[in-house]
Amino acid sequence: MLPTPAKPRYMTQKPAYLRQLEAQSIMIFREVAAQFEKPVLMYSIGKDSAVLLHLAMKAFAPAKPPFALLHVDTGWKFHEMIAFRDNLMEKLGLDLIVHTNTAGQEAGITPFSHGSARYTDVMKTQALKEALSQHGFDVAIGGARRDEEASRAKERIFSFRTKNHRWDAKNQRPELWNLLNGRINPGESVRAFPMSNWTELDVWRYIQCEDIPLVPLYFAARRPVVERGGMVVMVDDERMALEPDETVEERMVRFRTLGCYPLTGAIESEATSVADIVEELSNSRLSERANRAIDHDEAGSMEKKKQEGYF
Amino acid sequence: MAEVQAGTGDKGLLRFLTCGSVDDGKSTLIGHLLYDCNEVSEDGLSLLETQSKTVGRAGEALDYSLLVDGLLAEREQGITIDVAYRYFSTPRRKFIVADTPGHEQYTRNMATGASNSDVAVLLVDARKGLAIQTKRHSKIVSLMGIRHLVLAVNKMDLVDYDQQVFLDIERDYAEFAQKLGTSIIQAIPLSALAGDNISAPSPTMPWYDGPTLLSYLETVTIRDDPQNKAFRLPVQLVNRPNLNFRGFSGCLSAGNMAVGDKVRVGPSGELSAIASILTPDGEAECASSGDAVTVTLQDEVDISRGNVIAAADDPVPVSDQFAAHIIWMHQKPLLPGRQLQLRLGAQSVNASITELKYVINYEDNSHIAGKTLNFNETGYCNLALDQVVAFDTFENNSDMGGFILVDKLTNETVGAGMIAFGLRRADNVHWQAMDVDKQSRAAIKNQKPCILWFTGLSGSGKSTVANLLEKKLLARGSHTYLLDGDNVRHGLNHDLGFTDEDRVENIRRVSEVSKLMVDAGLIVMVSFISPFRSERRMARQMVETHEFIEVFVDTPLEICEARDVKGLYKKARAGEIKNFTGIDSPYEPPEEADIHLHAGDRSPEELAEEVFAVLEEQNIV
Repeated sequence: MLPTPAKPRYMTQKPAYLRQLEAQSIMIFREVAAQFEKPVLMYSIGKDSAVLLHLAMKAFAPAKPPFALLHVDTGWKFHEMIAFRDNLMEKLGLDLIVHTNTAGQEAGITPFSHGSARYTDVMKTQALKEALSQHGFDVAIGGARRDEEASRAKERIFSFRTKNHRWDAKNQRPELWNLLNGRINPGESVRAFPMSNWTELDVWRYIQCEDIPLVPLYFAARRPVVERGGMVVMVDDERMALEPDETVEERMVRFRTLGCYPLTGAIESEATSVADIVEELSNSRLSERANRAIDHDEAGSMEKKKQEGYF
Repeated sequence: MAEVQAGTGDKGLLRFLTCGSVDDGKSTLIGHLLYDCNEVSEDGLSLLETQSKTVGRAGEALDYSLLVDGLLAEREQGITIDVAYRYFSTPRRKFIVADTPGHEQYTRNMATGASNSDVAVLLVDARKGLAIQTKRHSKIVSLMGIRHLVLAVNKMDLVDYDQQVFLDIERDYAEFAQKLGTSIIQAIPLSALAGDNISAPSPTMPWYDGPTLLSYLETVTIRDDPQNKAFRLPVQLVNRPNLNFRGFSGCLSAGNMAVGDKVRVGPSGELSAIASILTPDGEAECASSGDAVTVTLQDEVDISRGNVIAAADDPVPVSDQFAAHIIWMHQKPLLPGRQLQLRLGAQSVNASITELKYVINYEDNSHIAGKTLNFNETGYCNLALDQVVAFDTFENNSDMGGFILVDKLTNETVGAGMIAFGLRRADNVHWQAMDVDKQSRAAIKNQKPCILWFTGLSGSGKSTVANLLEKKLLARGSHTYLLDGDNVRHGLNHDLGFTDEDRVENIRRVSEVSKLMVDAGLIVMVSFISPFRSERRMARQMVETHEFIEVFVDTPLEICEARDVKGLYKKARAGEIKNFTGIDSPYEPPEEADIHLHAGDRSPEELAEEVFAVLEEQNIV
């Protein structure tokens, strides 16, 4: 990915709208780099992060992106994710900061013992705020898209956060034309979302056009899973204790999103390539986050999490 | 989720906004569009069914607005309080919809949504006709430069699909819109709730034979293609990974650029040419409007964030004073005179409103006098900036003519503006008397002060020769100054145009300045077209006889026009520039020039050498 490989134009069969989305994202990245002192890119290893990083590489080529990457590691990510992450960082020669809420870990907070809501708050939201404050980042770049969830649809591209990392949905800065206002006072920060206008299908089409490497978990394979609470959960390591009525079985599954393995449901799928996935998605009528436990805790749950500082 | 296919018929993105009064059914309309385009997922649908029963406001039917009203407060109050962006696609196009609020206090968000839209869908309740918000939003849409407007006469089901109701509203609106003088209007009768004329023609309104809303959106062609304009690359970032690469990154906001193209950088005016273009797909020979690029130039040019790399034959205008429309977006009113940060492209400068000419009354589109702009009001103002910026008029290029105003203490975005045109106005020139005289100032410099007055047509080579001469003089230790016509017009003579009156004043001022410089003991080169004999005579009379040397750079008009370094002759011939010397304004050649340079086919070096020889001969240097 570094420097951007020179491809003859005829090989890049990107539709016009993808080129437009790509250009806008690059523009946003460059604004972030120009307007802030200490940016950080939130790298969560998933497909959106993969595209986000790919766009960052393009935005600053032939230079490297002028900021560090941050991964908030809960300790419960799929093992394949961590392996993929370490491999990619080495290949690209980028700086990655891995942050874990060690206090939470020591207190024994796990998705099994404390429920998804409490676990997410401590190991993700609190951990993120801790990392941002500790390193003094004034802007955190994320791969969130407005099509993901209703409250995200109203979020700005430069989304202002108070000193306590809070989001005030009703008092956001208007964003006109391509003008992004990143002025802040010391201690305040901004979350920047270069992929605001992308949809899930856009992401996959782009991955297809650009041949972006992904964690293999996105592609269907036979994997050991159990059904729990209506979700198909992959047994990724021995920390997952089975209930008496549960049995592990091998099924052809893949993941639409990747998070902590106990909280991320797999879907039955035969899609083993990006092209298959694009095909599958075009026919699918289930929303992307339907298999994420944390979004369903209560009505308006994402909005509340965001106010509290969740990405 | 239909896919947009690459290749033929790939029309790219269309961004549109919905607007109109509260309760006119905007969210319902968008919800229905999403539903019809299969963008609502199964789990979204089951959520919609449940919520329609509990908090829905559509009786037994599905309440499509629940698909788009995302925030808790909105669901509770049944209103939209912020811009929501929605996405859907058909095989022909991908759409981004800005769903904007109808309540007056959120009008700023409506302007925000409008700023990034190509088309406006303006909803009107068939039962109520045009409301104040309808007119307010129309005005904002028009100010924001949106040229395509759909007048969506909604809730036709509640007026028994009566054609007369539709025709009356269409007529009323056409009458109102005429005063705005903007959009291409397509009126469509529809029912967002029942789904009439959304994506399928309505069987209940056979009298309507126009397009459905969706087919209109799929096929509308946005004219005014920025590709046909001269290129503009606002520089966001200087990319310098090592000493061998110095690139300038930004998105082309207009035109096409290619490797080898001559460029002029605004505001500095420096010239160079494109050496390489890096696109998201690697090195390329050319790039066009909308592309995110990193370019390198053939020369070492001092460029930083905020500068604009533009086509050399159509350079970007620069100014530090503007007339502009301003939409005020903050509860605390605008106070003319207070300093704000102005952000235009990647440029950030200090600015203040120097004069509020009028406030727009949305109801009848009239102008009212005002001392301040209140929240959601729009005014027409003059602004003064603390430095010169490169710009285009908003009408010409919204990226280069649209700006925001930021409060320097709270950092909030408090206003948005659209540049109508640049003003040329200079501050007062202050005079300070001196005690030391001209002779002593000249003596210490070991030279005889004088004015070398270069006159000739635009493009005759005056400035080039003067510039070379100055280098020669400087090299031998002379103290010089070069007054260039274009440069002085950027500062001292900002306020002057090209009418005969202004040309006279232009020369008068420059003569005065040259006189001061001679008084300072300098060798002054003046490079001005100065087309009229009487003004050159006036200049001559201001100093002592031996101190004025008239240099006639005699290049035939055909050669000047063929060179056309600044693209001005082309514009003058096209009638875009009035009063252009040699075209529609006269040039009176000197009758007895002190130095007559027959310049047509000789190199500037030769000509500079000739002048230098005369100076030596006259013991000036």
